[in-house]
Amino acid sequence: MPTTAHTLTDVAASESTLRRFLHGLPGVDAVGLEARAASLGTRSIKTTAKAYAIDLAISMVDLTTLEGADTPGKVRALGAKAVQPDPTDRTTPATAAVCVYPDMVAAAKQAVAGSTVKVASVATAFPAGRAALSVKLADVREAVAAGADEIDMVIDRGAFLAGNYMKVYDEIVAVKEACGAHARLKVIFETGELSTYDNIRRASWLGMLAGADFIKTSTGKVAVNATPANTLLMLEAVRDFRTATGVQVGVKPAGGIRTSKDAIKFLVLVNETAGEDWLDSHWFRFGASSLLNDLLMQRQKLATGRYSGPDYVTVD
Amino acid sequence: MSDRLSVLKTYKLYVGGKFPRSESGRVYEVTDSKAKWLANAPLSSRKDARDAVVAARKAFGAWSGATAYNRGQILYRVAEMLEGRRDQFVREVADAEGLSKSKAAVVVDATVDRWVWYAGWTDKIAQVVGGGNPVAGPYFNLSSPEPTGVVAILAPQESSFLGLVSVLAPVIATGNTAVVVASEKSPLPALSLAEVLATSDLPGGVVNVLSGRTAEIATPLAAHQDVNAIDLAGADTDDGLAKELEIAATDNLKRVLRPQPVDYTETPGIDRMTAFLETKTVWHPTGSLGASGSSY
Amino acid sequence: MAFEYAPAPESRSIVDIAPSYGLFIDGEFVEAADGKVFKTVSPSTEEVLSEVGQAGAEDVDRAVKAARKAFEKWSALPGSERAKYLFRIARIIQERARELAVLETLDNGKPIKETRDADLPLVAAHFFYYAGWADKLEHAGFGAAPRPLGVAGQVIPWNFPLLMLAWKIAPALATGNTVVLKPAETTPLSALFFADICRQAGLPKGVVNILPGYGDTGASLVAHPDVNKVAFTGSTAVGKEIAKTVAGTRKKLTLELGGKGANIVFDDAPIDQAVEGIVNGIFFNQGQVCCAGSRLLVQESVQEELLDALKRRLSTLRLGDPLDKNTDIGAINSAEQLSRISSLVEQGEAEGAERWSPACELPSSGYWFAPTLFTNVTQAHRIARDEIFGPVLSVLSFRTPDEAVAKANNTPYGLSAGIWTEKGSRILAVANKLRAGVIWSNTFNKFDPTSPFGGYKESGFGREGGRHGLEAYLDV
Repeated sequence: MPTTAHTLTDVAASESTLRRFLHGLPGVDAVGLEARAASLGTRSIKTTAKAYAIDLAISMVDLTTLEGADTPGKVRALGAKAVQPDPTDRTTPATAAVCVYPDMVAAAKQAVAGSTVKVASVATAFPAGRAALSVKLADVREAVAAGADEIDMVIDRGAFLAGNYMKVYDEIVAVKEACGAHARLKVIFETGELSTYDNIRRASWLGMLAGADFIKTSTGKVAVNATPANTLLMLEAVRDFRTATGVQVGVKPAGGIRTSKDAIKFLVLVNETAGEDWLDSHWFRFGASSLLNDLLMQRQKLATGRYSGPDYVTVD
Repeated sequence: MSDRLSVLKTYKLYVGGKFPRSESGRVYEVTDSKAKWLANAPLSSRKDARDAVVAARKAFGAWSGATAYNRGQILYRVAEMLEGRRDQFVREVADAEGLSKSKAAVVVDATVDRWVWYAGWTDKIAQVVGGGNPVAGPYFNLSSPEPTGVVAILAPQESSFLGLVSVLAPVIATGNTAVVVASEKSPLPALSLAEVLATSDLPGGVVNVLSGRTAEIATPLAAHQDVNAIDLAGADTDDGLAKELEIAATDNLKRVLRPQPVDYTETPGIDRMTAFLETKTVWHPTGSLGASGSSY
Repeated sequence: MAFEYAPAPESRSIVDIAPSYGLFIDGEFVEAADGKVFKTVSPSTEEVLSEVGQAGAEDVDRAVKAARKAFEKWSALPGSERAKYLFRIARIIQERARELAVLETLDNGKPIKETRDADLPLVAAHFFYYAGWADKLEHAGFGAAPRPLGVAGQVIPWNFPLLMLAWKIAPALATGNTVVLKPAETTPLSALFFADICRQAGLPKGVVNILPGYGDTGASLVAHPDVNKVAFTGSTAVGKEIAKTVAGTRKKLTLELGGKGANIVFDDAPIDQAVEGIVNGIFFNQGQVCCAGSRLLVQESVQEELLDALKRRLSTLRLGDPLDKNTDIGAINSAEQLSRISSLVEQGEAEGAERWSPACELPSSGYWFAPTLFTNVTQAHRIARDEIFGPVLSVLSFRTPDEAVAKANNTPYGLSAGIWTEKGSRILAVANKLRAGVIWSNTFNKFDPTSPFGGYKESGFGREGGRHGLEAYLDV
């Protein structure tokens, strides 16, 4: 991006300047984007590289439970798993975070106490985001008050698709403020609902301009969630945003990443798009639940040379 | 026959829409089949050939860029104008080819009809020889014919009018521009045709007509780096010449149509059009609409 | 700690290369009449892979005779039977795809990623495509009963050895011709393996003959009086020689020659995809591609941004062992080609263009050239006019679409061009004005058996692929 930090402070001055900026971003050719993602997906990550990637991936997992049936007991089990993913091998890194609904934050906080594992909470009337701003902000404040280290908000896709970019922007700014000084803000676009790659690029810049610490693909609650292509596109956005502003923003693909093989493909995308500065749990996360066990089984396989099975990893 | 002395026509070349004499100032004697003097035709030089190529190149952009419909209209206009000068051409063809008036009339009628035939092709050839290709991937591509560029035409030596039009019309119907070397022995119908072309809305330079010694004019044309193709129809009388010209044409890899036996009274195929057409294939991604969420 | 990819070599044990191969004439492997042989080496290591018979004029004559003899029956076969032979060949190629990919990578030096994901799938697809034509020729628009020409003499290059073989042999056989094919001297092996595929498919003897050799073998083949059709892919200089040889004969000729493709990037391009397209356009197969996008024409208003992005991207290219699945840039095919590239690049520097390459360690043995980019290039520079046929991109700028078109067309070549813009009407307008046989808009270097491929001007004539590709092998 040829833009400077100065011009970027002006782009959100009004609805029209914001629209002009977002619509002035380079277009995305869908086939080319998907072909690049697929091509990087053919990288063959073996032996030492694989061991490195698996541990890195484990350390980047936001171990997630977002069910109506969640209970403090379920969340405690999840927390224990996040802190100690493989009880049989204490060299296994902890995950980055557990990700829960706001009312489970306290339970989660307790479960991970004393570890490096963060507590992330979805908020802002997750997953639909269809509520009054006051309700969303209250949702955020309560989660933060309960000890959430990270807030995963959803944007108002309706407003975005209607072209009310300023409304989306203002809401993110407000949520960021509600996060206070401590909690990092992840902004979920629900890329499956934004429907076009051009929209995903615009949403990425909108989110970053409004102060997102992370941009995140999806809630995991719609048909299409994280894909290599939409994640690649968002990695390009954070790369370009840093070039333009000096500010680094993290990326979190969420939903649909279930296997080690998939996770490693995403790490290759990070490595060859945003670069190694993002190969750290502070800047890249996987929003996932079943992924962790597959990573653990692959880790055991690398350690022992034998294929592992589901009975040798813990059920959460 | 009155005893009035007729006014003779000075036959001239047709280059860039104008009717110059040969820059060399040379002419040669054209006679009928009984050796009776008909006219002095310009004896074109290498420089005339060069000028004709410059004119043809200059005309190429607009002519190839005209709509196929427009080209069809103009070719049909040529037929109309020709029909109006039917008697003149019957006389000239009869003289040139030693035919009776009635046989010459058949030839002229066939020639007019040939223009009409090719006029109708201008906006159809692309559909017949082009088309979409079902590529295995998220791409749309389309192959379309495009004119090769400047085509040098050695018009048939014997069939000075029907043969000439049969080799010229396909070249310009498809958007090429032409430098025509008229039948050496019988150049007058070709030079008169130029007068028809000049009054048929055909932009100057699209067709340029030279008369003279075929071998002399053809040699620089075959070697000319700004000529894209050459039709050797009129080099069929001398086997060595066709080969020599084909070799000269390899310097810039001209498309070469070798001499071959042709019955010009038959309805032609599309070969003489496709011989001077390039195929351009243009690709573009399509995307997979809605197949995987965010996809276009 | 950085994410270093560990070596991930494709196993070479899948392919069994014999210490020597003969010529394939009339269904048999035979020695050259004069007993001559030559060595073929792996360009990435200079290891000798095998010793191959070198066909001379006498062998050419034998092969043409065998092809002539086979022609009678082959051309008389019902199209549906010829189709089935070609379908068989296509299937066997698919079955042996990995083996052939490894072989091609060894003999050619290109990355396994390309032979596995591009060359071999396209080879099989090409045979499948033309197999289906064999019994439908009367519907192809070349008359009610189009006839084959006879014996086709085919000379192919080293950049896509098996794919160029497929482009030549599949349409020739589908239309009822028989062939004598000369593979390039640096890459004869996949053609000889193809001979074995013909054997497995039960192809009648003499229908396909393979004659490894150098330029003189090709010249004998092209000049042989009993050859009816000549097809050549290679350099423009050799193409012109061949055109001279066949002048004055009745041989039908198609030529697929050099290029200096312009890849035009407008200021409203999808930049990230354009960068990928530029990389693919010039570094695919180390730039040893006739339709490579070797001239980047970029609109001045986005030049700096684009070049920054391009350089960043080039820094991620992985050069090295072609058999490693993560290798993006393999070896240059031969010492000769390497020295040609080096000399043109030196001239580029001497003429004042600015040379840039990413940090890139070249292996100590084999033939290697780092991805290279030249800026401050003008139309007058030799690196902007001559086909380098290597991983070297010349960057030029333009201000308006008209200037872009004028510069793009300002070359004796006319094979390929690329257009990058999000504006549909600009794509169509520019594509219309470019004098090139293949235009890729918002993509580059895409190939498909259904699509005609071939050049304008000195890039050759005739088309390969698609319905159009049949014409070269039919008496029309």
